Amino acid sequence: MNQTNDEKSVALRASFKRAVMVIVSLFILALVLLYIDIIFGDSLYSFTDVMDVIASRAPSGITFVIGELRLPRALTAFACGALFGMAGASFQRLLHNPLASPDIIGITEGANTAAVFGIVVLGISGLELSAFAIVGGLTTAIVVALLTFHHGFAPQRLVLVGIAIGAMLNAIGSWMLIRADQWDIQSASRWLTGSLADSDWTYVIITMITLAIGLIAVMPLSRQLDMLRLGDDVAAGLGVKVGLSRAAIVIIAVLMLSIATSAVGPIAFVSFLAGPIAVRLIHSGSSAIATSGLVGSCLVLGSDVIAQHATGTQFPVGVVTSVIGGPVLVVLMYFSMRKESQL
Amino acid sequence: MKLPEIPTDPLNHGQQQSQSASLSAQKISVAYGTHLAVNGVDLDAHGGQIGAIIGANGCGKSTFLRALARLVKPQGGTVILNGHDIAKLPTKRVATQLGILPQSPIAPDGITVFDLVSRGRYPYHRFGSHWSRQDQDAVEHALEVTHMSDFADRSVDQLSGGQRQRAWIALTLAQDTDIVLLDEPTTYLDVAYQLEVLDLLADLNAIDGIIIIMVIHDINLAARYADWILAMKDGTCDTFGTPSEVITPDVIRRVFGMDVRIIQDPESKTPMIIADSRHALGPKREILEKEKL
Repeated sequence: MNQTNDEKSVALRASFKRAVMVIVSLFILALVLLYIDIIFGDSLYSFTDVMDVIASRAPSGITFVIGELRLPRALTAFACGALFGMAGASFQRLLHNPLASPDIIGITEGANTAAVFGIVVLGISGLELSAFAIVGGLTTAIVVALLTFHHGFAPQRLVLVGIAIGAMLNAIGSWMLIRADQWDIQSASRWLTGSLADSDWTYVIITMITLAIGLIAVMPLSRQLDMLRLGDDVAAGLGVKVGLSRAAIVIIAVLMLSIATSAVGPIAFVSFLAGPIAVRLIHSGSSAIATSGLVGSCLVLGSDVIAQHATGTQFPVGVVTSVIGGPVLVVLMYFSMRKESQL
Repeated sequence: MKLPEIPTDPLNHGQQQSQSASLSAQKISVAYGTHLAVNGVDLDAHGGQIGAIIGANGCGKSTFLRALARLVKPQGGTVILNGHDIAKLPTKRVATQLGILPQSPIAPDGITVFDLVSRGRYPYHRFGSHWSRQDQDAVEHALEVTHMSDFADRSVDQLSGGQRQRAWIALTLAQDTDIVLLDEPTTYLDVAYQLEVLDLLADLNAIDGIIIIMVIHDINLAARYADWILAMKDGTCDTFGTPSEVITPDVIRRVFGMDVRIIQDPESKTPMIIADSRHALGPKREILEKEKL
């Protein structure tokens, strides 16, 4: 940007500055939470211990606890939080509705039920399972869209259709779990609550690669998303290929969401919470997708710290995010009823 | 009809401003399901005129405007923009030649006027391209002519109806096109704001030579501001011509199903309708007075 200090460009630069500040602060917060998540536990480790593990010169006990348990767990939390956040915000912006996050409109449930089916019936895991979850998520997105598109497009109807589809899929998932073998129930049950307990390096690699792909794909699409928020007609008038952009955004969002879900299960409310929080922090008309990703990371990491260390007992991270997310959902519903909220 | 001369663009930010733009439609038909909303409508707009499309609710006037702006795909007919079939042009290129402001658009929460207007530069950008001097100039010019410069930092939610509409018009102007289509630009505005918006459009038309085509409800305002009027009925063109050719008791009766007298607008010397109604105050007084006697 080679501009003079025009008064009128101040507006643009001020919102840009704010966005950069918010993103940097969130990134630092995420790193701090990541660090806390790694060093705290049954035994407390120091920064040098962590560095020793990374440089592979630590004693084997520490290497195991940090290298095989805590580091993959924290990195998975970071990556999945970001994926949930970006996917959720993409849907919310695309559908002009904070309630239209994928964990509310049934798409998370679609990926999740497909994953449960994959484990219980087909006995698959790893990449195959992720692919299966993606197919489940995409199929659900298409079904919800088909049931909603009827002489035009109504986000309110989509939310209602999505909630119904999600409930049905949840029922199917539970039914499959009840019918499953004892052993499968254990590994499949985390798909109901969302848990970081099983994180390993396979999932770190899968989710980190997805995060990288997602970021690269979302950057150009977020400009189109910004335009779509002006309404389909205005966006089309300004040269946005509305249908194509929308399809691309949905596919990328479902991909990010499904892979995160296949790694850690549906961590409740992260997709739903990240977007609105990011918008309130950035406070401009932009879609704030990357910011939502960072908020998602902070939410999952922070919740994991609370879930593991705040009380005597450890419980799944999804329980903490539910405790935070439930009240926020109520508050958002309250305000969106009072004011025709656009998000 | 005499066309205004097109003065040179002072900032010279136009892409092809000097060539006179044109937009024409041949036998446009648009169907929604089995319902034919627009049925074989022609139009030929060129050379810096203001056009108005009028008609009763559901006559297909908005749909026709949307077809002109390739927001709906016609089942039949073609729209020719500056000599090219609009359906075959890349959508971003169309967006540098033709701008459309849909009816009552809604701004995202918290967006500032400057941010909103700067979105009008989208068609000139590719992924990774920087905000240029030209973009800045176009946005500032758009804010200036719409008298919105002082509100650049304000959030759009905080503006009055008229200011908000001016901000949206500024967005369309920042797009820097020779042709601007507007769907009901004065709807939901107070009377004073309606005139303010239309005067602004007339200024832009006179100064920059921009072709303006608008769907408008108010027949008298259409007559006052437009060079030509297209009166539509049941998806077809009923009458096309200058305001004095279109605004006649016969046409108004056919198109709106309403009996009117036509007088001359004392302000603009254009035709003006005076609607008959059973309960106009004059006859009512006469009846009351007769009953008293």
